[in-house]
Amino acid sequence: MKFPFRIAWRFLKSGKGQTILILSGIAIGISVQVFIGLLIQGLQSSLVDSTIGNASQITVESQENNGEIFNYQEKEEVIGNNVEGITEMSPTLTLPAFISLEEEAESALIRGFDLEKAEGIYGFREKIITGRLPENSAEVAVGIGLAENLELEIGDTLEVFNFEGDQGEVVIAGFFDIGVTNLNESWIVSEIETAQSIFQRDSITAIEIQVEKVFEADRIGEEVQALLDDDVKVTNWKDANQDLLSGLQGQDISSIMIQIFVVVAVVLGISSVLAISVLQRSKQIGILKAMGVNDRSASLIFLFQGLILGIIGGFIGIALGLGLSYSFMIFATNPDGSPVVEIVINYNFIALSFLIAVAASTLAALIPAKKSSKLQPIEVIRNG
Amino acid sequence: MDSILTLENIDKVYGSKIKTQVIFDLNLSFQPGTFNSIIGQSGSGKSTLLNIMGTLDKPTKGKVLVEGRDTGALKKNDLAKLRNEAIGFVFQFHYLLPEFTTLENILMPQWVKNKRIEPEIQRRAEELIEVVGLEKVKNNLATDMSGGQQQRAAIARALMNRPRILLADEPTGNLDSETSNSIYRLLKDINKEFQSTFIVITHDKKIAERTDRIIELKDGKVYTDVTQK
Ligand SMILES: Nc1ncnc2c1ncn2[C@@H]1O[C@H](COP(=O)(O)OP(=O)(O)OP(=O)(O)O)[C@@H](O)[C@H]1O
Ligand SMILES: [Mg+2]
Repeated sequence: MKFPFRIAWRFLKSGKGQTILILSGIAIGISVQVFIGLLIQGLQSSLVDSTIGNASQITVESQENNGEIFNYQEKEEVIGNNVEGITEMSPTLTLPAFISLEEEAESALIRGFDLEKAEGIYGFREKIITGRLPENSAEVAVGIGLAENLELEIGDTLEVFNFEGDQGEVVIAGFFDIGVTNLNESWIVSEIETAQSIFQRDSITAIEIQVEKVFEADRIGEEVQALLDDDVKVTNWKDANQDLLSGLQGQDISSIMIQIFVVVAVVLGISSVLAISVLQRSKQIGILKAMGVNDRSASLIFLFQGLILGIIGGFIGIALGLGLSYSFMIFATNPDGSPVVEIVINYNFIALSFLIAVAASTLAALIPAKKSSKLQPIEVIRNG
Repeated sequence: MDSILTLENIDKVYGSKIKTQVIFDLNLSFQPGTFNSIIGQSGSGKSTLLNIMGTLDKPTKGKVLVEGRDTGALKKNDLAKLRNEAIGFVFQFHYLLPEFTTLENILMPQWVKNKRIEPEIQRRAEELIEVVGLEKVKNNLATDMSGGQQQRAAIARALMNRPRILLADEPTGNLDSETSNSIYRLLKDINKEFQSTFIVITHDKKIAERTDRIIELKDGKVYTDVTQK
């Protein structure tokens, strides 16, 4: 092993022009592959995050529409104790109602939360733009859209009612902006007790859950369902977002295709340059074989060249790819200065890219290696 | 004495469609430690024969025995090993590896063995460099030497593994007569010192006359075979 490696190394060192050519080929190819891979991953995760980052990913509801869930603390405990991978769990009493201020009335969605727990999902604290979160009972925070439509102000007292005859009065403690227009125009957020006293019940309508691995929401959802009675149904975000999912999948496929083509181009490039180098070095290979180098070592000389080029080129390529990704984050920014796409370094993906670089280069060296193995010393010696 | 190299009924036919036979039922054997020359007109089959002796080429018919072993029965890897251990080659062209220095080129047959280079081996290489008079250029790349120096380096390389047989095909064919003379003197000395068997192809009658045995080929057959005292 040492001999072919030694020769391979020297061949690479003395053929500097060629070596640099191949190395830049690998490095550029792998950097593009890394950059595109990371970019698409970043794009997808920000897309997924903006869709479900601040929403319930698994929802436990009653089978009936707006039906009640009793003994919810018990259910929360059962789920929390038995299901892995849950990061947030928050009960909510959410019901539609009308609100009125003086003459004007508007339909709204009353969302009673355990605000402490809901914070993990919705992050209301940061989204309050004026005033504060509701603290005591009978206080609410109102979506900014709704507030503008009704020209509400902090301290205003709203009347809340529905056709079943439930009703109550609440005081506005603050306004929030959660970034989605139709939620801003309909949500009224309060403590769960406030909502319970308006609607005169001590049940809730849903338990909302977030999980660590969002793409496993369906599997975890099934686990949750299995723990609970049939009078509740468990839904997950994937059911409701088929379009998003197939969009992501399409993106995945095209990203993989691009990466594959880049790698194929790299392989072809290395392969042809190395094949030329076998031709150029046929004298050397021939005399080495006359000296007693066997076919296997003769082919290893070129396989090692591929391997060495792959390792070095892979390193440079990954460094370049990361550099590209960082500069993309720094230079491609939104008006507020935040990057257009938040790129996260995925170590597994980087390690995979490195392996691909090494494997591809070694693969590319296969044909030249075969050529070198087949070369007969007599051909070289006879033809000078 | 047992012969170190024996050719038995060798035929060599080139080409598959148009067949040209260039060696005809040739028999030869060589004694250990002797200095043999092969002469003959251009095209008489000298190089063909030498390549067959060195197992670089295969005869169409007949046997090549190296130290009593039938090389036709050996596997490719064993043949490579045999060449590495028993045979040294010098060709008209030096075939030094331009990527390596003179010293490295001379060490190459040892490197092929894939073992650590012992101090003794290193010393042997240095000695050979002295013998062929290349001390001054031993760290030059093979390309940065004169033609005569390159050929001398090729000779040192051929001797590195102390081969029992040294095969040389017009080793001074590209050199002027003075350099050529000094190289033959060198070969002669080495032959005496290392007691290996030399088989050298040459065009030069004068040089041939200074060897132990002159074999003349004509049209692929042994025409004359003279052993001198
Ligand atoms: N690969 C080949 N295919 C066909 N014919 C060949 C081949 N190699 C050599 N020959 C023929 O074989 C004959 C012997 O060639 P060889 O090279 O052995 O001669 P030589 O005695 O070494 O000549 P020279 O003194 O010119 O080197 C020549 O007629 C040559 O044309
Ligand atoms: Mg010849």
